[in-house]
Amino acid sequence: MSAMPFGRVEPAALFRYVLRLGDLSLVLGQRLGEWVGHSPALEEDLGLANIALDLIGQARLFLSYAGEVEAKGRGEDDLAFLRDQGEYLNATLAEQPNGDFGQTIVRQVLIDAFQLELYERMQTSTDERLAAIAAKSLKEVRYHLRYSSGWLVRLGDGTEESHVRAQTALDKLWPYTVELFAEDELDRAMAEGGIAPRLSEVQAAWSERIDAILAEATLKRPKDRPHSWHGKRGLHSEHLGYLLAEMQHLQRAHPGARW
Amino acid sequence: MDKAMEDNRQWPLFEVFVRPRGGLDHKHVGSLHAADARMAIDHARDLYTRRQEGVSIWVVPSKDITASDPAETDSLFEPARDKIYRHPTFYEIPEEVKTL
Repeated sequence: MSAMPFGRVEPAALFRYVLRLGDLSLVLGQRLGEWVGHSPALEEDLGLANIALDLIGQARLFLSYAGEVEAKGRGEDDLAFLRDQGEYLNATLAEQPNGDFGQTIVRQVLIDAFQLELYERMQTSTDERLAAIAAKSLKEVRYHLRYSSGWLVRLGDGTEESHVRAQTALDKLWPYTVELFAEDELDRAMAEGGIAPRLSEVQAAWSERIDAILAEATLKRPKDRPHSWHGKRGLHSEHLGYLLAEMQHLQRAHPGARW
Repeated sequence: MDKAMEDNRQWPLFEVFVRPRGGLDHKHVGSLHAADARMAIDHARDLYTRRQEGVSIWVVPSKDITASDPAETDSLFEPARDKIYRHPTFYEIPEEVKTL
């Protein structure tokens, strides 16, 4: 019998992988939260906040589990509020600024579709906890994509200005999508251990889904370029530091504060 | 683009009806602004079913609702007032009938 308590993967590797999942949701949720009070309409304020809360809920499940896997007594709050940016393992796309509403929507569509295809396949993970989180989150993510893709079609196939803005945002954010599917040794270990699906498989499904949405939105799919982003390994763009500073300020200034 | 939106940069108004869990009919719960029907459903979901209030949503453009004229209230509804025989209160219900 192997000494490894998590099937065929090392706890340290699983810990890092679960952080990747949790940090993606957490950082994106925090970004969406920035819209509260600033959305184009009261109804969108609530829509975006709802999605933000879903994502933060997912992050809590992932980070709690990561803390248990690590087994050093760190809970979800410690992991969310007391890690520095180099320890955050979200893909770089999630931390990109909101920009205009179109840019927020493009970022959302790209990540919603990724999470949808990932979670769908993770429901059969050999890690029962991850399978359960994926199954629960999948229902939320399906709605997120319905919301975001509806908006992308509305913007892309809308006025001339909304079309240009949507295409500009797509061109700007597209290069970051390459990192989502760039399989490194950690992704490979998870796939081989039956913990997570192959990223190439997720990518194929994602690509098909995105193509259909872009076609309806009359937007042009940009070309893939070699990526130079490594947020999944803790090497982030300049934007994450500011996001974390705001998100973590209270816990850093008043350690252990509760309400 | 909808004319109303061009005029005042405001999305058209929709009326929202929600069927509660276990309920048989959709009830009017309020209204909201949305650019199109699909967005209205999304907004209604976020605004009116966030606490599990419903299992089905209808949205209707408010402009498509024809309402009775408040000035005609008397002529429309007063005449029914003295026709109490229209209420089925004159029947005796047999005790054996439990649910009516």
